[in-house]
Amino acid sequence: MRLTCPLCGERDLREFSYTGDAVLCERPAPEAGPEAWDAYLHLRENPAGVARDLWHHGAGCSAWLVVTRDTVTHAVIAVALADAP
Amino acid sequence: MRIAGRGLVDPGRVIGFSFDGRPYTGLAGDSLASALLANGVRLMGRSFKYHRPRGVMTAGSDEPNALVTVGRGGDRRPNERAPMVELFDGMEAVSQNRWPGLGLDVMAVNDLLSPLLGAGFYYKTFMWPRAFWERVYEPLIRRAAGLGALSGLPAPDVSDKVFGHCDLLVIGAGPAGLMAALVAGRAGADVILADERDRMGGRLLDEDEMLGGAPARAWVAASLEELDSLPNVRRMARTTVTGAYDGGTYGALQRGAPGAVHHSFWRIAARRAVLCAGALERGIAFPGNDRPGVMMAGAVRRYLHRHGVAAGQSVAVFGNNDSAHRTARDLHAAGVRVAALIDTRPEVPQYADYETFAGAEVVATRGRLGLRGITIRQNGRERRLRADTLAVSGGWNPAVHLTCHMNARPLWRDDIAGFVPPEGAIPGLGVAGAAAGVFSTHGALSTGARAALAALSDLGLRATMPDLPGAEDAPFAITPHWQVAGRGRAWLDLQNDVTTKDVAQAARENFRSVEHMKRYTTLGMATDQGKGSNVNALAVLADATGRGIAETGTTTFRPPYVPVPIAAMGAGASGAGYAPQRFTPSHGASVEKGAPMIEAGLWYRPGWFPRPGETTWRESCDREVAMVRNAVGICDVSTLGKIDIQGPDAAAFLDFVYANRFSTLKPGRVRYGLMLREDGHVMDDGTTACLAPGHYVMTTTTAAAAPVLKHLEFVSQVLRPEWNLRLAPVTEQWAQFAVAGPRSRDLLNALLDDEIGNDAWPFMSCGAVSVCGVAARLFRISFSGEHAYEIAVPARYGDSLFRLLVALAEGLGGGAYGMEALNVLRIEKGHLTDAEIDGRTTACDLGMGRMVSPDKDCIGKMMAARPGLRDPARERLVGLRPVDPQAPVSAGAHLFNPGDKAERVHDQGHVTSVAWSPTLNSNLALAFLKHGPARLGERIRLVDHLRGHDTLCIVTDPVAFDPEGGRLRG
Repeated sequence: MRLTCPLCGERDLREFSYTGDAVLCERPAPEAGPEAWDAYLHLRENPAGVARDLWHHGAGCSAWLVVTRDTVTHAVIAVALADAP
Repeated sequence: MRIAGRGLVDPGRVIGFSFDGRPYTGLAGDSLASALLANGVRLMGRSFKYHRPRGVMTAGSDEPNALVTVGRGGDRRPNERAPMVELFDGMEAVSQNRWPGLGLDVMAVNDLLSPLLGAGFYYKTFMWPRAFWERVYEPLIRRAAGLGALSGLPAPDVSDKVFGHCDLLVIGAGPAGLMAALVAGRAGADVILADERDRMGGRLLDEDEMLGGAPARAWVAASLEELDSLPNVRRMARTTVTGAYDGGTYGALQRGAPGAVHHSFWRIAARRAVLCAGALERGIAFPGNDRPGVMMAGAVRRYLHRHGVAAGQSVAVFGNNDSAHRTARDLHAAGVRVAALIDTRPEVPQYADYETFAGAEVVATRGRLGLRGITIRQNGRERRLRADTLAVSGGWNPAVHLTCHMNARPLWRDDIAGFVPPEGAIPGLGVAGAAAGVFSTHGALSTGARAALAALSDLGLRATMPDLPGAEDAPFAITPHWQVAGRGRAWLDLQNDVTTKDVAQAARENFRSVEHMKRYTTLGMATDQGKGSNVNALAVLADATGRGIAETGTTTFRPPYVPVPIAAMGAGASGAGYAPQRFTPSHGASVEKGAPMIEAGLWYRPGWFPRPGETTWRESCDREVAMVRNAVGICDVSTLGKIDIQGPDAAAFLDFVYANRFSTLKPGRVRYGLMLREDGHVMDDGTTACLAPGHYVMTTTTAAAAPVLKHLEFVSQVLRPEWNLRLAPVTEQWAQFAVAGPRSRDLLNALLDDEIGNDAWPFMSCGAVSVCGVAARLFRISFSGEHAYEIAVPARYGDSLFRLLVALAEGLGGGAYGMEALNVLRIEKGHLTDAEIDGRTTACDLGMGRMVSPDKDCIGKMMAARPGLRDPARERLVGLRPVDPQAPVSAGAHLFNPGDKAERVHDQGHVTSVAWSPTLNSNLALAFLKHGPARLGERIRLVDHLRGHDTLCIVTDPVAFDPEGGRLRG
């Protein structure tokens, strides 16, 4: 598997590490309530199809990336910096 | 039998080798199989289950029978396929799976028992009685299992792993692959051409064929010459592409030159690829089709044209398609006697003057250790013929394997009686030539060129269809013929000894799915992964279940295409290649002092520094602890993670990542910080120093250095991207040493260019100092509980500074101390490490609940407030001191109330750290105890079931020594 880091270009899988659903980017406000926090930390979809995942380019530029990927075909649809809206 | 003037071998270079201890000779260009055939050796192996005598069947990597062990000592390699082993001088090859010898194998008794050992034998036999499972059956099966044996010696570390990159990967260098590589190479694409044989050319080396008006070999030679002249083309012979993976990544195994034990495992990232892997010939299941001398018809041609070897002296040919006839024609032309040509079809071509039987079948064979004759049946009449070799062709299976590695299923084509790859099976991979079911030479050339053009167009390169040399373009004529009815066993999987009867029996016992049949009969589960047997078996299964082949389907093709030695796949990943070693700046000096170095993650740190007369680690450790408590000790703490944080928003950032407040920290001051995970548990702790406004240096525990940096990057880039700050890991840039003990300031004042005093340098201060003219950082912090400092210099000065510090310390009655003493000192003070911060503990558990600042948000704050994480009944940190100071304590022990039985239901907590405290003359422990801080002074039983300890302890505050902290400020 290869990912195209927006900063470094196309690189091999082993430069990156996977950290789960990109929902982690959307931290609730402190007053959002226990349900929102529970969902943020614990509840995850397990889609057969398009998924948005968080990856870290630890052996490259240290960028956190949101990778849009099809879990059925393994096609990588997009790679973006995680702070990009 | 060698045929002079034929083959791509060098008659001038004779090569000596041995097989099963007997000396033979071959020629340069021979494989082990061709050299043995040239010497008239046909018996090369024994089958796995019945130990049937077997000869070489194929001339390629799909060989099921002729598996041998090559080399000796650590270089010994089992299960090498004889046709793939290139001959070299002095080669020692031995046969496998036989005792005492290949000709007489006592395990062949299994063959007599074969009526009892059919499909599902294992599942039916090894079921009862249950008591036999481990004591009888498992040892029995283990002894019988396996083919060749590993040497058990360390392999010479000569394998490699390699990464390759290209625009176009061409897999296979037959007519299709060569044409594809030529088209792409001429267009300027960066091409890798990989082929598993030692010479490129594929089928063109194995046939007597014209191409562009000249022998095909001349075209191969010219094409290779042109490819070699193109700097953008890399040719990799002896390289089998073993797997297709996501994103255009391919695995490939590259074998070394003859005699070399060197293998390279490649990971090739290819923007586009073309599979030109050709097709594998399959047999026909007729009774007695496993005798040495029964071979694939195409293999017989390859031995003839490639190696100049006739597989036998009197060869019969049996087939259901025209390519079988080429074998008869070519042998006849080479002067080898063609005993007969038997074709299952009623109408067949006649190429030359030999006896042809149309509409006929082979129904039996004779010969114990080698074929002597066959029986054929034509129009219901049987007839015996003498032949020492039988060349068989049941058709060709396109090599679709790689196209199925990402879960695509091949499609059945009735016209060629074979499976072909579906469109788009692997993104970016085209298929050409016989692998796509195109069997003529012209078809291979044209589909190869077109596949390359399609790839070039994807790559944005321009090219046009080249003029193709004139080539054979006959349609492929075949009438499927899978099995021959008759007495005796007809073999499908020769390596695992699976017959047509086994497959039919599996179907009768309702293992009708091809995947179930495979596992029930073990068909296709040997090292050849069913390359020669799979399609025939599912045709037989389709017959037995009354379904078509397309409906029956195939089993799943998985990587690797050929066996890959673990030594190649894991090349370089042993010893320091597996776990790189990280050395501290004081490593050399510590080793010189005789310190045993202990692993801390990848780091190596000194355990203790033995002095003359000290015979145990405890003596050294106790002395070092006393040294720090009474004089001064030096310890390398460079392994602690150091993260440089700079920017106008750095203070706000620290407030957010730490539970406690940092924005109030003034330049020149240091603060202890507690970092939580978002789920409310403690992630790490450490000190952070404010060097200047907006400039901080954070320290982490050694083990958490990388995870904490990754976490900070996440917070900075993702959660707070609007904050202006930068993070830089500087662990390796700074050598840092603890100078600890009542005489630490005396030592520093003998070292620093300017003296320091208590007023300017109080506890938890930091700042710049100069040591021997080198700009250094000084932190007045203490892990030992003593008046202590840490001094940091650029790493290149670390070695000399350490030596200087130790020399000065020794002058003051102190010296260097290691990890053992460091641990004792911190346990005496109740300081934490990853033994306590184990990912399950909260700030409250650690007695630091009040550090979570109430008036700011921070990572983990919401979740840390959950009632379950703040419950006082949780196991919380305490100290333990045994009533008898010498009584044993151990980390991992559990705690029980004195009246309770020491059982899980009564568990009160567990011990995390223990030490003998020479300062307090007692064993000490840190532990987590239910309601811990509320139980100080109570008695508790420490029970270690593994070590047999049962020690009565008193619950104490975690800080056993100097609880007021007066020594810190001294």
